[in-house]
Amino acid sequence: MFRRLPEREATITVEIDGKPVPAAPGDSVAAAMFAAGVAAFRHAPVDGGPRGPWCAMGVCFECLVEIDGEPNRQACMTPVREGLRVRRRLEGARQEP
Amino acid sequence: MSVDLAIVGAGPAGMAAAVEAAEHGLSVVVLDDQPEPGGQIYRGIERAGPGLSAILGDEYEAGRALVEDFRSARIDYRPNSAVWRLDAGARIACSRDGAASTVVAGRVLIATGAMERPVPIPGAERPGVMGAGAAQVLLKASGLVPTGRVVLAGSGPLLLLVGCQLLDAGAEVAAVLETTVGGDYLDAAPSLPRALSGWRDLARGVAMKRRLRRAGVEFRSGVSGLAATGDAVRFDGGEIACDLLLLHEGVAPQTHLSRQAGLRHRWHAEQRHWAPAVDSLGRTEEETVLVAGDAGGIAGARAAALSGRIAARLAAGADPARLAAALDRERAMRPLLDRLFRPHTVLPADEALVCRCESLTGGDIRQAVRDGAMGPNQLKAFARAGMGPCQGRMCGLAAAEIVADERGLPVEEVGSFRIRPPIKPLTLGELAAMEGETAEAEAL
Ligand SMILES: Cc1cc2nc3c(=O)[nH]c(=O)nc-3n(C[C@H](O)[C@H](O)[C@H](O)COP(=O)(O)OP(=O)(O)OC[C@H]3O[C@@H](n4cnc5c(N)ncnc54)[C@H](O)[C@@H]3O)c2cc1C
Ligand code: FES
Repeated sequence: MFRRLPEREATITVEIDGKPVPAAPGDSVAAAMFAAGVAAFRHAPVDGGPRGPWCAMGVCFECLVEIDGEPNRQACMTPVREGLRVRRRLEGARQEP
Repeated sequence: MSVDLAIVGAGPAGMAAAVEAAEHGLSVVVLDDQPEPGGQIYRGIERAGPGLSAILGDEYEAGRALVEDFRSARIDYRPNSAVWRLDAGARIACSRDGAASTVVAGRVLIATGAMERPVPIPGAERPGVMGAGAAQVLLKASGLVPTGRVVLAGSGPLLLLVGCQLLDAGAEVAAVLETTVGGDYLDAAPSLPRALSGWRDLARGVAMKRRLRRAGVEFRSGVSGLAATGDAVRFDGGEIACDLLLLHEGVAPQTHLSRQAGLRHRWHAEQRHWAPAVDSLGRTEEETVLVAGDAGGIAGARAAALSGRIAARLAAGADPARLAAALDRERAMRPLLDRLFRPHTVLPADEALVCRCESLTGGDIRQAVRDGAMGPNQLKAFARAGMGPCQGRMCGLAAAEIVADERGLPVEEVGSFRIRPPIKPLTLGELAAMEGETAEAEAL
């Protein structure tokens, strides 16, 4: 879905749903997830459909994920850190990659 | 703690204000929810090397000097600080790294900028569809380039800019579908003489179009009936396969903070958004609160920096006249651009999702109005519209448009959601810490 320009080199590692993935300093969690090929960040609580970032700047709240155990954090507004752990809440959702 | 000027936002408006205010000897705190200064236009610029800088262009590169001045100014800059409450008398509550705190200031400058206007077409909520500005955020901050076929749809200068930037970054831009119709250009003609200073921007737009066409990008204008299907974009009379659909219908001021603070807002009939009621210098009816940049009305980065400096001078009791004249010249092109790039997807179709948090469609909102919801705030009670985590940021404009349309009233009359603090979600830890501090302050 996205590739990374060499100028923004991935030098740290975060964990998405238990899997280690590379991330670049300056990434938001959302960017690291996109770079790792994630498209569906969560399911809509009401209709269950898959959702992902619309704005990447803190407006839409479509990027809510669990970060380091804290649920419903905005992935696009949270900077990555070495070892940061992301968990998607996809139970009951129509699953997509 | 108390300071002379607290600035919310470190985009061109907030940065320029901070530099100017520090030069006038004011004590300044700048609160911004991003990890780096720059705002939307100059996002990530301190880390941008020659490659990314070439892709993003000279208007981006132009921000480097301002960010350097900002970094070397004598100010208290606090990144990663989201402001979630502003009270008259200039008391600000914000959160940083999970800890809440308050700042008390003589004056507050709201420089929170704009957001991309939501584009509520059917299917817009699917993964694989996002704002054109969002794709640009990912490119600027992380050097992410979409793989696969990209289609851009909507209107406005940013749509073309993002198309060109993605092209330069090596993305496969298959098509640009403009909702703008030929008539818009003709309608704009009466504003031409006043708009002469905007020629540079218009010429840029024309050049960007030519550049995209030359690269073999399919171009259509007057496109209607847009819908995202998951692997294609449909429109009246056609369909184009794509892996990523980027939508854009211009930007709108972020009004949650100014609304929560109780400021009066005005409806912009051409651009179809709200903005706080300010005079030409950014003063509000609240003595302690100033507004600069796109937060007070869309006028672009150069105007944002000028209005920031003007606000700083007002706060310092200095004369802003020379800067005010420059700002007037900068804004002279707005009537033309506002007409040229009117948003087109303002009244969502019945099947389009309008309130994403509560999964309400255009049809659901219309039904709520027929059931008796007289304005946006009653929509909360009738249908829970605007009550989810985004607090109506995504549905507010469309909901007001639908109510106005159904009731045959101007949007100005049906009004907007009431916004209450906190305007950003807080963790339980932040709230607990905050309550402790408030109790302490009250006990003193
Ligand atoms: C996604 C996007 C991309 C854009 N890209 C371009 C472009 O490439 N070229 C161009 O000419 N124009 C672009 N624009 C238009 C842009 O709005 C202006 O050109 C310019 O950035 C406006 O400057 P500003 O200082 O008013 O606001 P901004 O640059 O938007 O800065 C506002 C800052 O305030 C922060 N903020 C907002 N709310 C809060 C809060 N509650 N607490 C703490 N901080 C807060 C924001 O994160 C941001 O850092 C873009 C707009 C958007 C929405
Ligand atoms: S992507 Fe919109 S809030 Fe995170």
